[in-house]
Amino acid sequence: MVAKRAKNILIGNPGTSLANKTGSWRVFMPVYDKTKCTACGMCSMMCPDGCVHGDKIKKYDPDYDYCKGCGVCAKVCPVKCITMKEEQK
Amino acid sequence: MTTQTAENVKLFNSGHTACAGCGLALAARLVLQATGPKVIVVNATGCLEVFTTRSPQTAWGIPWIHSLFENQAAVATGVEAALRALGRGDEARVIAWGGDGASADIGFGGISGMWERYDDVLYICYDNEAYMNTGIQRSGLTPFKGHTSTSPAGKVSLGNMKQKKNIPAIAVAHGLPYVATATVAYPKDLERKVKKAMEVRGPRYLQILVPCPLGWGHATSDTISMSKLAVETGLNPLFEYIDGKLATAMTVKQKPVEEYLKPQSRFKHLFRDAAGAEQIKLIQEIANSNFAKFKVEAVK
Amino acid sequence: MKKVTEGLKAVAESVALCRPDVISAYPITPQTHIVEELAQIVADGKLKCEFINVESEFSAASTVLGASAAGARAYTATSSQGLLLMMEVLYNMAGMRLPVVITDANRAVSAPINIWSDWQDAITVRDAGLIMMYAEDNQDCCDMHYQAFKIAEDPEVQLPVMVNMDGFILTHAFDPIDFPSQADIDKYLPKFKPLDFLSANNPRSFGLMGGPDRYLETRYAMAETFKSITPVILKAADDFKKMFGRYSGGMIEEYRMEDAETVLVSMGSTISDLKEAVDTMREKGKKIGVLKIRILRPYPAAEIKQALSRCKRVICVEKAISLGGPGILAAELKSAIYSNANKPEVSNFIIGLGGRDVKQDHIFELVEKAEKGVCETEFIGLDMKLVEEMDK
Repeated sequence: MVAKRAKNILIGNPGTSLANKTGSWRVFMPVYDKTKCTACGMCSMMCPDGCVHGDKIKKYDPDYDYCKGCGVCAKVCPVKCITMKEEQK
Repeated sequence: MTTQTAENVKLFNSGHTACAGCGLALAARLVLQATGPKVIVVNATGCLEVFTTRSPQTAWGIPWIHSLFENQAAVATGVEAALRALGRGDEARVIAWGGDGASADIGFGGISGMWERYDDVLYICYDNEAYMNTGIQRSGLTPFKGHTSTSPAGKVSLGNMKQKKNIPAIAVAHGLPYVATATVAYPKDLERKVKKAMEVRGPRYLQILVPCPLGWGHATSDTISMSKLAVETGLNPLFEYIDGKLATAMTVKQKPVEEYLKPQSRFKHLFRDAAGAEQIKLIQEIANSNFAKFKVEAVK
Repeated sequence: MKKVTEGLKAVAESVALCRPDVISAYPITPQTHIVEELAQIVADGKLKCEFINVESEFSAASTVLGASAAGARAYTATSSQGLLLMMEVLYNMAGMRLPVVITDANRAVSAPINIWSDWQDAITVRDAGLIMMYAEDNQDCCDMHYQAFKIAEDPEVQLPVMVNMDGFILTHAFDPIDFPSQADIDKYLPKFKPLDFLSANNPRSFGLMGGPDRYLETRYAMAETFKSITPVILKAADDFKKMFGRYSGGMIEEYRMEDAETVLVSMGSTISDLKEAVDTMREKGKKIGVLKIRILRPYPAAEIKQALSRCKRVICVEKAISLGGPGILAAELKSAIYSNANKPEVSNFIIGLGGRDVKQDHIFELVEKAEKGVCETEFIGLDMKLVEEMDK
């Protein structure tokens, strides 16, 4: 069905961008020190890539599949428990 | 490792191709967290559209449509009319979303038309203060003396000659029941304003300042601090107009504009000589008048 | 039931019978009576529909685009400058496969500003991906609208359709029009069932960016669709005939062509003028006929090739011009007949631009000229005195 085929190119299914692992862009990686982390959630709230996940108990971790290494989380962390380290590739 | 499953698809998803540190990508997620899933987004051409929907992938988990650069308001009108005509009015609310260029410049006529029609659409302008998607050209919301590729600083020029077009005031003049400004450094304030806007029927306008590390020339990690300084210096006051009256204005301790300007390469020509220093004084006056206008008293 | 109705109002009544969910338009002569009448029909409660006033044709097209994407049957109408202002949206609407129906009351394009009829406006958007139909008279035009929605919304098509009617010549003419009943139209044109639409219950993204890796395939799919539309167009007319008893369809129409040595080719209301002239010339023994191009897109190349396989001479009579280029109808027609063993000579004439009257003498004149030798984009009906004055 030709008309349908054309539409399929133009219409995307929800969240399919998850297939695109933007973590490969990273130059500096955030390293989280969970001993200092107070689980305030600021890093998760402020992540432009929405890729810091966690909760009060587990505390927070970045998803390195998507983390582009911008450093926003390290900058906004009130207890400075995140350090940016050069990516080893 | 995250893989795509029905459970982990959010309203706004990772894997989009925004630059590292993009304030806009953050704003998009925060807005949708506040609205919930019952929205349809109409997106103008621009950064947000390009970095979220490279065929066949999309970062959106809500119904979304992109048509052109300058027709987001009219397309939103059509979507909203269709929902009403088809008896699907309770299914979703409509949000039109465009950048500063799409909103203040090329799509402005359509937005004015939509406001005048009093369509039930929340219009969100993400303001990164230039045409970032096409390579940092000047828009109607580029700040005074900001360097862009079409308002460059040079031997006889100190950057953009004009002040930002005052879209919130124009929105208020259209009789909108809700007009507000926000920025990503204050996510709770942003969330509250989105929720407030969604409670109101009729046309609503929300202008969100979103730092652009590439276009503004600051470190990718400084997105939140730039957003915060824009408010603290008074250059981007945060306020709400409800039914035409100033309802709230965020109170901050005023900082000199240099603290905001200096870390951004788009203002570096202002720090070279006396002529630049004169311009900084003018920028300080803009900030001071914003403080006076919005009665943003310095916190002791 | 027949009633004498102005062309534009007849179109409005026909569109109302199709029960559009959303109508959006902006006033422009000579189209305006369509949307005025539709606004009144909605205001009188005779049609349940969202009628959206907008600030430009650009927004009118964008509004119906949005409505169609959300699953509504949507309609707009325009003319001339308004159509050109819509142009960017039309490409987008077609590319997004949205079955909107648009009426264009054909009018000249500025400068000089001119509200009268020619085909320049619609011809300019012929590459946008719209199906383009040209009405010969107002009954034809009304019948085209019922069929237009059916064709646009066909699952195999999913494209916007533009119905063209010559400004003033048709739009403002009063004719007896046979309107079907609402019940019959409801049977012919059931409720619109979109394949895909914006919905919170199925949250998909529409209008994705397609880079160099996907754009070509998108356009290929459109081109393939255009190749398969003809049977849908023919079926829409056949079904219409079964239900309403009159045939109003076909890609082309042949008039007195059975033994014709010379064939006049044109579109729209000009066909009526040509038919009249052909009748006169036939009385004088000239073997001449008329070929009507009813559907310009998809271009009926095979039908034209077949229809022109026997004649000696083809004369294209055109109400639009590609400045600096060949005659528009003539160029396309030549490519359609290029592989015919018997290639007729092809002349073309520019006539009637900006509402200049097309007189029977003009038609006799251009036939006489073409018989003497091939003519290329030659103007007929010029006021040579005025041309000379303009040089002074």
